[in-house]
Amino acid sequence: MSEPQHDEISGVETTGHEWDGIKELNNPLPRWWIWTFYATIVWALGYTVLYPAWPLLNGATKGILGYSSRANLAQSVDLAHRAQDQYTQQIRTQSLDRIHDDPALFEFAVAGGRSAYVVNCVQCHGSGAAGAKGYPNLNDDDWLWGGTLEDIRQTLRHGVRYEADPQTRNSQMPAFGRDGILDKTQISDTAEYVLSLSGLKHDAGAAGRGAKVFAEQCTVCHGATGGGDRAQGAPSLRDAIWLYGGDRATIVETITSARRGVMPAWGGKLDDATIKQLTVYIHSLGGGESSKPAPAATGAETPAATP
Amino acid sequence: MLQRPDILPPPEVERASVTPVNKRETRSLYKARVKIYPKRVHGFFRSLKWQIMAVTLAIYYLTPWIRWDRGAGAPDQAVLIDMPARRFYFFFIEIWPQEFYYIAGLLIMAGIGLFLLTSTVGRAWCGYACPQTVWVDLFLVIERWIEGDRAARIKLDSAPWTFDKLRKRVSKHTLWVLTGVATGGAWIFYFADAPTLAARLAHFDAPPIAWITIAVLTATTYMFGGLMREQVCTYMCPWPRIQAAMLDEDSLVVTYNDWRGEPRARHQKVQQETGQAGGDCVDCNQCVVVCPMGIDIRDGQQLECITCALCIDACNGVMDKVGKPRGLISYATLKDYNASTRKAPVHTSLRSFIRPRTIIYVTLWSLVGLGMLFALLTRDRLDVNVLHDRNPLAVRLADGTIRNGYTIKILNMKPVPRDFTVRTEGIDGALMTTAGSAAAGAPRLLVAVPRDVVHVLKVYVSASPRALAETETPLRFVVEERGGGESAIYDAMFARP
Repeated sequence: MSEPQHDEISGVETTGHEWDGIKELNNPLPRWWIWTFYATIVWALGYTVLYPAWPLLNGATKGILGYSSRANLAQSVDLAHRAQDQYTQQIRTQSLDRIHDDPALFEFAVAGGRSAYVVNCVQCHGSGAAGAKGYPNLNDDDWLWGGTLEDIRQTLRHGVRYEADPQTRNSQMPAFGRDGILDKTQISDTAEYVLSLSGLKHDAGAAGRGAKVFAEQCTVCHGATGGGDRAQGAPSLRDAIWLYGGDRATIVETITSARRGVMPAWGGKLDDATIKQLTVYIHSLGGGESSKPAPAATGAETPAATP
Repeated sequence: MLQRPDILPPPEVERASVTPVNKRETRSLYKARVKIYPKRVHGFFRSLKWQIMAVTLAIYYLTPWIRWDRGAGAPDQAVLIDMPARRFYFFFIEIWPQEFYYIAGLLIMAGIGLFLLTSTVGRAWCGYACPQTVWVDLFLVIERWIEGDRAARIKLDSAPWTFDKLRKRVSKHTLWVLTGVATGGAWIFYFADAPTLAARLAHFDAPPIAWITIAVLTATTYMFGGLMREQVCTYMCPWPRIQAAMLDEDSLVVTYNDWRGEPRARHQKVQQETGQAGGDCVDCNQCVVVCPMGIDIRDGQQLECITCALCIDACNGVMDKVGKPRGLISYATLKDYNASTRKAPVHTSLRSFIRPRTIIYVTLWSLVGLGMLFALLTRDRLDVNVLHDRNPLAVRLADGTIRNGYTIKILNMKPVPRDFTVRTEGIDGALMTTAGSAAAGAPRLLVAVPRDVVHVLKVYVSASPRALAETETPLRFVVEERGGGESAIYDAMFARP
């Protein structure tokens, strides 16, 4: 190392480095800075003793304060649950009708049902509950198995055609074509008749022939006028809603091969309170039916009261 | 200059040997602060300042305690900023968050008002009404009460630590901190019901934010009023720069009339006897020792000068004693000063108040004020917002009708419950139901809205596809108060699947 050089003006030793004639002074670090630096090191060592820090083969040191972010989270979740307790307790004990009629409980149930819905139901019914081909739209007023609170809860609990649950809602449409019950002409005629039921474009002659087939084969489940039967999950063929599609080809396909939509039973997977909240949420989407006798239709000029 | 005891000026003129600490020539940017010991002064402007201080402090401390009956369920505090409920109450006015432009309008008026004030009477805001000035005055009163006036304070500062000095220091700082606590304590009463909060403070169960606010404001009040004082004005505050730029030759500023005072001399009798020309200034430095900003006004108008006019009071007192006319230091416009220097007649300064600039300020100020008053008197106390359901946009029902969902928010900004009817326009035969209701669809809904709330209503509108356009149909929601009154509309769209 060369001789230490000194700055002419200040007399301070320089580092010996020079850039375009500018030299760097080698001033010592300020004492307060040094001590602060040492203090932070001591502080950090203390920190590693108090808090989880040193990595070991299986995990890390726990720290003598026993801090754990996982425990913190569990605690906050627990707190949140306890805050909800006064509502969930009531949801558990009150009847669906009472929950529906109590504004506070209704609001809580709809919110809780919504969060259960987005976890468990969106995969089939969609995030807006608008359904898809084969998966019913839950916003409309067409219910295959009934749209009262009790009906919806039953469907949620036990599912539809879900074999693992003995109480599941069950029915099976025969595959008229595949099983050879009807021939292609009969199926085509029946499809024309089904089209005519909901006023869609159809061939009147074929529909007339199809009416006979319909009366023999279909009325047991779909009713003499095609109005459907909720006890068997048989859809109404007179309304504007088609679960699989209302065009001629789809109807022919449905009659030929039948349909077998399955919904799992949620009774074993979700607790009773969650199912109740889901029920109220689904019911609130706009198509929910009242279990009480339907009120008289309001006249055009009568204002409807809000809940 | 030689001291000749036989010709000293009249003994009642107090003299001080002092260098103004903020004199431009002696003040280095890197110099530590030199403490200022403002001396007590009596006079017209000091009295005016006491009165303004009393009024402004009374307004600050008493306003939250004024009660104002708004009916059951509403706060009965005249001035209240209710953060949790997002309401601002000012006597008979209630402001919702979306009406914040009234506050903006008030700020604009305050700005123009300050321009007007500055262009006429100079930095009167700084000198008389600014909280920094008022609170520094308050802290100085406490300091003077405990430690004595200027000379005593200088002596105490340089004295060794004795029990007496310790006692004085501890009492002074204790009182300062208490003043800070009272200041911060009063502030929080604007944000909650004052009597309730006061009781909770007394029982030590006030919310943490109250204590934190008091602590922060105590610290800032103590630091700004007790320790930093003139440095806040000189170094921290932007107003001196802005206000100084607002001044013109017609603005009143505190002026040392050097055409009359110079050459200043301590020994005027000597000068008179020897036939030298002498000014009125006896160089007693009283204007310097009373200055809370540590400047010498005789150096001319300076950024540091807050125009508190205490030097005018001090100088007038001295002029009275030496038998010279008052006004060696006075409020004067630059125009008047220049005229006086030329020995030209001086028009009264009040005439400078009316000139194009001030007329423009007054006009603007009044226009904003009148506009706000008009808006306030005719403002809507009903508003309606409609959110169209996005997922799904539209639902086909079993009978083929199309249904859209909307969330209607009715803002009843009146302090009384009101009944509204909601109807739609634009689609023939459209019917409404509310979510969760078993009632059949109706063309109108009757909605009872409690006082002063945003009422949220989930509504389903159903319409026959025949009444709808190919894709989207405009749908207008009309909300009307029952039995006449206010109405509001919202233009929404109706979608079909």
